[in-house]
Order: sequence, then structure tokens, then C-alpha cells
Amino acid sequence: MKMTGSHTNTIIELRNVWKTYTMGEVKVNALCGLDLKVRKGEFVSIMGPSGSGKSTAMNMIGALDIPSKGMILLEGQDIAKLTESDLAQIRGRKIGFIFQQFNLIPTLSALENIMLPMIFQNIPRYERMEIARKLLKMVDLGDRIYHKPTELSGGEQQRVAIARALSNDPEVVLADEPTGNLDSKTGETVIDFLKQLHKKEGKTIVMVTHDPNVARKADRTEYLLDGKIIKSLKNHTR
Amino acid sequence: MIADYFRIAFRSLAKRRLRTYLTMIGIFIGIAAVVSLIGLGQGLRIAITSQFGFLGTDILSVQAAGVNLGPPGSGAVNPLTSDLVDKIEKINGVDMAFARYIDTGTMEFNDEQVIGYFGSVPEGDRRKAFEEMSNLKAEQGRLLRDDDRKGVVLGNDFSKDDIFGRGVSSGDEITINDMEFKVVGIIERKGSFTIDQVVLMNEQTMFDFIETDVDEVDVIAVKVKDEKQIDDVQEKIEELLRKERDVDIGEEDFEVQSPQAILESLDSTLFAVQLFITIIALISLLVGGIGIMNTMYTAVLERTKEIGIMKAIGARNSTIFTLFFIESGFLGMVGGGIGIALGLIFAYGLAAIGRLALGSELIQANVSGGLIFGALMFSFVLGTVFGVLPAYRASKLNPVDSLREAK
Repeated sequence: MKMTGSHTNTIIELRNVWKTYTMGEVKVNALCGLDLKVRKGEFVSIMGPSGSGKSTAMNMIGALDIPSKGMILLEGQDIAKLTESDLAQIRGRKIGFIFQQFNLIPTLSALENIMLPMIFQNIPRYERMEIARKLLKMVDLGDRIYHKPTELSGGEQQRVAIARALSNDPEVVLADEPTGNLDSKTGETVIDFLKQLHKKEGKTIVMVTHDPNVARKADRTEYLLDGKIIKSLKNHTR
Repeated sequence: MIADYFRIAFRSLAKRRLRTYLTMIGIFIGIAAVVSLIGLGQGLRIAITSQFGFLGTDILSVQAAGVNLGPPGSGAVNPLTSDLVDKIEKINGVDMAFARYIDTGTMEFNDEQVIGYFGSVPEGDRRKAFEEMSNLKAEQGRLLRDDDRKGVVLGNDFSKDDIFGRGVSSGDEITINDMEFKVVGIIERKGSFTIDQVVLMNEQTMFDFIETDVDEVDVIAVKVKDEKQIDDVQEKIEELLRKERDVDIGEEDFEVQSPQAILESLDSTLFAVQLFITIIALISLLVGGIGIMNTMYTAVLERTKEIGIMKAIGARNSTIFTLFFIESGFLGMVGGGIGIALGLIFAYGLAAIGRLALGSELIQANVSGGLIFGALMFSFVLGTVFGVLPAYRASKLNPVDSLREAK
């Protein structure tokens, strides 16, 4: 693996990233030369109005999409140059996704949902079971193992999703509006879980949100407008 | 990992049960048609083969006409006489001829008594010819030898618990007509009661202990020297028997038949029927396959978001392809499974109705394990073939667009 990152403790680096979508005749720039650096073990929130390119940036960091121009370095590796199969590998091993809509597979139980990313990484069944049970316990859902997503509340579903994001012990956890579909109290517990992950497990967390109260929980908040970072603020976190 | 993929595919199908069953209709009609048809045809072949007891392109069977239920040759009004055997053997073109005797008596084993039917085995150099044309093989122990004066070989049904409450094994003692006999072997299963329930003993044993009449022959088996001359030899035998038994042409009280010829004519009839039904079955399978394809395309559209999620958490394109591929194969296989079950019901049901209506034991169904396995594999492959395109489409979906898909 070639190391091109300027700081060795920089885990994610976006350099002059552009993303252009073609809608019929019109070209729309979702990202216009975005620069962003996230250090290992940092908790960063990205804020911005809708249409500012938050989600696009998130997809780029998560190796779900590749930029039209620019470089995305994940641990020094430019993911813009990887094949689909390698990108899937990176998503499966290094990234844990948490979505606004939870995005659990409706036909599978809580336990099976958590095991799914491990199936894709060919982890043996007994090992998968053990990890999944441990994670469910960690998110206080040890008694909901065999429940289907539809049998769980929103907060519970999001906790299952957090457990799923952690199943392959990723370097980076990406949370896209994780509290967006939850009431404020449930949202708070979800954020508390993320904070714990950051503090106790030392995970790097990047969170997209439009809620300033939620954004403030991170070490640092980046403000995005029209596909560019316009402001960066350090938060005084407890 | 494949086991996990099967589990995931199964969940998806189980959730949409009605659609899953509707999709499989085409498959199971096709498979049911094929299974029942082949099963009935196969059963008929076995029944005919065992009706004569032996088979070969160079074999003729001579029987007295009469009631033809039960073991071959038994129950004839005017039986054949043993002097005919030598006379037939002298006919030009005949290699050898031998008599077969059929008799009944009591059998006792494990304190249970039943009526058994006994068949003779010719001795000396004719024994080998008989064993060959009857395709006899021992499953346990061995076949008979000339020195087995009080030894018997039993049909395969005797090795099961049904007849005496306990299966007989080679080496056991069994009581026949109040005399002790030793079971020296059990024959391989043939699927027809005339062989599976027979008690074979040497010719001399039958004369000595069962008091079978030496003069009343039940069947005469004739082996011709050259199979090309079989029709010629058949005519000559018929001529001889008409003279001996003093009957005119058209009023014969005996039958000279070539089991192989009957089988061949059956085969050609069956072939025409089979061809017809196979074409219908193929059309049904094609429609069924397209149904699977349609269902899978719908599934891809419906589960676009799910595909996006799976990709986001590390599924490769090939993983998604495999998942959908297995799901469609599974659709085919379950459809095939139901088809096989229906086919079995059809085949055995029709055979039972046929036996009742026509009163003939000839109508049997026989569905082999190979046929079941083959049908199952075929339907799985059919499912996968028609699932390739939908699975490919699913695998190529862009994860970002798929995730954005509204629920």
C-alpha cells in the first residue's frame, strides 16, 4: 500500500474532490473542490443545509461512490482508483455505516442483521454468532436477539444498526443523520452510544447532521455549503 | 457461506409466499407431468418384464393360455406337458429350452404362517442361462447350486419385516410344507411381486418335497441360436404346439411370445405418448422459467434498497449476483420438489385406479431415486438459468442510487 497522506495519523483525506451529476442536459456539481482531513480517533460532524453536498461527501468517504475529480485517501490509499470489488472490501472491513432510516434487512432478525456484514467477510458461523451477541448486549438489546426490525422501536432499530456497523470492527464509523428519524430523547441515547464508541473504543467517527445540538457533540464541526467547507469549529465537549 | 446465502434466499421467498407459489406453478406442472409419465412407463416395463420372468433378444416364452393373473404360467386350464421341452429343443435354431414349474405351499418363519409361491430353477448347465435371462443377482448370500437339495433363495420382500414380522436373512432356517429349509440367499429387489415374493428352489427339490407334478410345466423358456431367426423359431414352435395339442390356427390355447418384442412394441407406443407429453411439459417448464425470471426482476426492483444496503455493508457485485442466483434456483428447485410430489401422487394414483378398473396387476408405477434426483437438479438449473439476467441486473445496481430508493 502506497502512503501518500501528509500526516501518518490522518485516516481520511479528501483532496479537491469534485462530483458532477448529469441530469439530462444540465450538469450539477454536488461537490466543488472539497478538502477535508480526519485524524485517527477523531469525532467529526459535518453540518450544512440540504443540497449542500453532505450526503455526497459521506458516500465518497464511505467508498460507496467515486469522485469525478480529486483524491480520496483512506489510510493513504486512493480509493478513487479501486475496482468495485476492492471498494466493497473496504466498505465491509474498514467502514461501518449508520443510516438515517436504519436500513436493516426486514426479513432478517436483529442477530442476523448484525451477522450479515460478517457473512460477506467469510467469518465462520460460530465466531459471527459470538460477536453479534456481544454487540447486541453492548447496545442493550441482549433480549431482542430474534426480533425482526418491524418488531423493534425506532431507537432499538438504530441501536441494532450501530451494532451492525461495528460487526467487522471497522476503523471508521460513518453516521448519516443518525438521529434524523428519532425523537430527541431516543436520539440522545444514540448519540451517547456514538460518543462512547469514540471515547472507549477510540473509533474514528464522521457524522452528518443538520441538527446543531447533535453536531456539537463531536470534537469538531465542519460546515458545508455548495459543495465546499466554509467553516470549521472545534467544539468544547465534555 | 453458500449455506448462509441459501438461508437468506429462503427468508426472502418465505416472506412472499403467495407469489412464490404462483411463480412455481409452471415448474411443478411440467415436472409432475414428466415424473408421472416416466414413472408409469417404467412401471409398465418392469411389470411386463416380470410377467415373463426373463428377458433377452434371443428368448421366447411358451405358456399355456388361461387365467393369467399371478405368477407367470400358473393357473392354466390345459397346462403344457414336459415332453414338449425336449421336442422344442429339437427344433432347428433352438439353442436350449427348459421348463419352469410354479407351485404354492405354506411357509412358516418367526411363528408366522403364510402361503408362498415357489418357482423352479433348472439344474445343470441350464442354470446359468436361466440366471442370465432372469437377471438374477444375490443381495445376500448366493444363488442356488446343484447340491442345494434343501436350500432356497428368497425374493427381496422376504428380507423386510412385512411378511413374517421379521426379515429373513440368508443363513436362516425356514419351514416350507412342514419341512425345514435353509435360506442360502436373498435376490436383489426388482420392483415386481412376481420376483420379489418368489421362493426359488431347484427343480428336483420341487419334485421331491413340494410334490410338484413333473408333467405339468408352467412356462417353457426357449433360447434361440441366432436372434435374427427368432420369428422363424417362434412360428415353428407354434406349429409344433398346434400339432401336439391338436388345435387349429386362431384357436391356440397357448402363447409363444418374445418378451423383448412385446417390450419393444410397448416402448414405441410409450415413446409417442412420452414425446407428446414431454413437449407439453417443456412448454410448461419454459413458461415456468419465464415466470421465475419475471418474479426475480420484480424482486430486484422491490429490493433495490436492500441491495444498496448490502453493498454498503460490504457485499460485492458477485455476492449480490450469487444471492439472487440462488434465490431463483431455489424457486425452481422447490417448484420441482412440489412437482415431484404431485407426479408421484399421479403416477401411483393412476396405477392404482388402473389396477382397480382393469383388474390387472400389470399396471404399476415405478419412480426411481435417479428420476427424482434428476428432476430436482433439472428444476434447480432451470431456475438458475432464468435467474441469470435478473441476478446480473441486481449485481450491477449502483449502491448510492439504490440506497436513495424510497421505501
